[in-house]
Amino acid sequence: MQPDTPTPHVFPTARRPGELLFAMLFLGLSVLLLAQIGWQTQWLPGKGLAAQPRTWPFIGLAGMVLFGALHLLATRRVRRTPGRWAEALVWVRSLEFVAWYLAYVFSVPYLGYLPATLIFCVSLTWRCGYRGRFALVSAAGFGLGVVLFFRTALAAKIPGGAIYELLPAPLNSFFLTYF
Amino acid sequence: MDLFLSSLEILARWDVFAALVVGSVGGVIVGAMPGVGAAVAIAILLPATFSLEPIVGLTALLGIYGSSMFGGAIPAILINTPGTPVNALTTYDGYPMTRRGEARRALSLAYGASFFGGIFAILCLILLAPVLASIAPMFGAREIFLAALLGIVLVVLTHRGQILAAGMLVCFGIFLKTVGLEGTAYTQRYTFGQTWLASGVDLIVVVLGIFALSQAFFLLTQRDTTYELPPVKGKFLQGLTEIFKYKRLATVGSGFGVICGMIPGVGEFMSQFLSYSYAQRTSKTPDLFGKGNPEGIVASEAANNSVPPAAMIPLLALGIPGEELTAMMLSVFYVHNVIPGPQLFRDQMDFVLALYIALFVLNVLVILFLMTSTNILMQVMRIPSRFLGMMILTFSLIGVYSLRNSLTDCAIAAGFGVFGFILKRLDLPTSPVILGIVLGGLMETKLRTAMTRVNSPLDFIDRPIAFILFAMIILAIGLHITTHLRNRAKDKAHA
Repeated sequence: MQPDTPTPHVFPTARRPGELLFAMLFLGLSVLLLAQIGWQTQWLPGKGLAAQPRTWPFIGLAGMVLFGALHLLATRRVRRTPGRWAEALVWVRSLEFVAWYLAYVFSVPYLGYLPATLIFCVSLTWRCGYRGRFALVSAAGFGLGVVLFFRTALAAKIPGGAIYELLPAPLNSFFLTYF
Repeated sequence: MDLFLSSLEILARWDVFAALVVGSVGGVIVGAMPGVGAAVAIAILLPATFSLEPIVGLTALLGIYGSSMFGGAIPAILINTPGTPVNALTTYDGYPMTRRGEARRALSLAYGASFFGGIFAILCLILLAPVLASIAPMFGAREIFLAALLGIVLVVLTHRGQILAAGMLVCFGIFLKTVGLEGTAYTQRYTFGQTWLASGVDLIVVVLGIFALSQAFFLLTQRDTTYELPPVKGKFLQGLTEIFKYKRLATVGSGFGVICGMIPGVGEFMSQFLSYSYAQRTSKTPDLFGKGNPEGIVASEAANNSVPPAAMIPLLALGIPGEELTAMMLSVFYVHNVIPGPQLFRDQMDFVLALYIALFVLNVLVILFLMTSTNILMQVMRIPSRFLGMMILTFSLIGVYSLRNSLTDCAIAAGFGVFGFILKRLDLPTSPVILGIVLGGLMETKLRTAMTRVNSPLDFIDRPIAFILFAMIILAIGLHITTHLRNRAKDKAHA
């Protein structure tokens, strides 16, 4: 954020690559949703406009279409910034981490919060390229800290893992309560 | 006096004080980590606070909100990267000072200005509280509708250079709020026959996706940046007194912060921008701005730190959040069935005052913490960004999953995470979506209530406050159009 001019500008002043693509996708989705309004909302006879269930979805979607169209036009008028598809590829790359997150979420009811968190932290750290002992131990320590803070101290609502059923009875109940 | 004692009684509990300490210190740490910020931290902690009492949960969140900007100044000054987006202007003069070897002085000035701004805003609010308590009951359904509409208009207009994007995103938020079972006739809206959509899209799930998960994806897909930390030597206390050399700037900057904080939808960006511009305009050395002028640091830090207390005004008095962080806090009130609005000011003034006193204590705690721990705190900037991404992703599970143990919620949050990630990559604003959800829902309810009592559209603005609000909406739009046309004419003349 090294200032390039003495005049402050906290607001972005240039278009980023991929903005036109985003504007097109957003407008397309808005039009598609607006086209469904007759099917997805109701118009109740004898009620005023303000009380109609259709009014607010219409306001939201009409605004999305109007501003979306104007935004698209404005984006088109600005000089094209190269790298649109490279940018789209970055968006797609984020899906890998969505998959990591969902795998973590899905594994909790089976493995339990503590084991799932430890495995998640260490393996994602490994995946990110931090493969030294210090990084991996830090990741495990961090995972343990998160579980101790949220599950053990604050008793956050997380179901016990199915794997805990394999533990001996006293240990099973301890793990179900605290981890 | 009874009111003051009763509010002190609310605060004088170990759990409230512990929440305040944890929130304040946590907020500074979070603020000092570039790439995390208060929005991410509040989004993650929000569901955890639902199990706490409202005053405990709110003081913790308030701690993070009020102290993150103190912490955000540290990386802004030392490594030229604002810890929170609202510390952006601090980089202009803070970093050049660091390069001159004046890091400690720049930090002291930032702490002093932030402290001054925070205390100034709290004093203003305490003085204003009786006035607010008498005005708040004059707000009926139509006034709240118009105040929310003013908020929507200002949210859009204050996103300079991105008005169209802000407009489409605020409308997206309004649409999202309508999805699910509608409250009066109980008809389904945009559920596409899916049972999981019948209960609507939960605000917390959207908030976690757009703020926390998106930030994690953003950090995980980036290359690590390594920062060279400059040495910071000397006593901070000496530097803190230097703020008195810039009393006028600090006072005017804090004034801008209070005014901008009180108006829904305006917030920190506008206040620091106005304050910085004022400082530059009135300075004896305007040429030094952007090159390490201490006046620049004082102007931006005093302005941004006076916003959080002021932003509590529309939230508490009218139930209208001014920006995304207060929108998140609103959900804590709702979960505990404490409905912010005129009734809260009328019936639970001690609770409101207790929050103000909590803000005061928070500022004192933070300044003490910063004076003693800045050198240790600097080490958090060494955490690599992708490791930070992993940490946020791990925290996010508890945020979404502990709401109702729903895997669907996690999947929806991940979807909004990708949406927020794209917005961040494109430098588009995320706060309009959240404000659209909160203010859109409020406007629908209030409009329905108001319309049962009016016969014509003109009846809607026949009360003084409703008329003033309506006039402000027209004025804001009119001023924006006039300025836009004037700028265009100026550009044409230059071309």
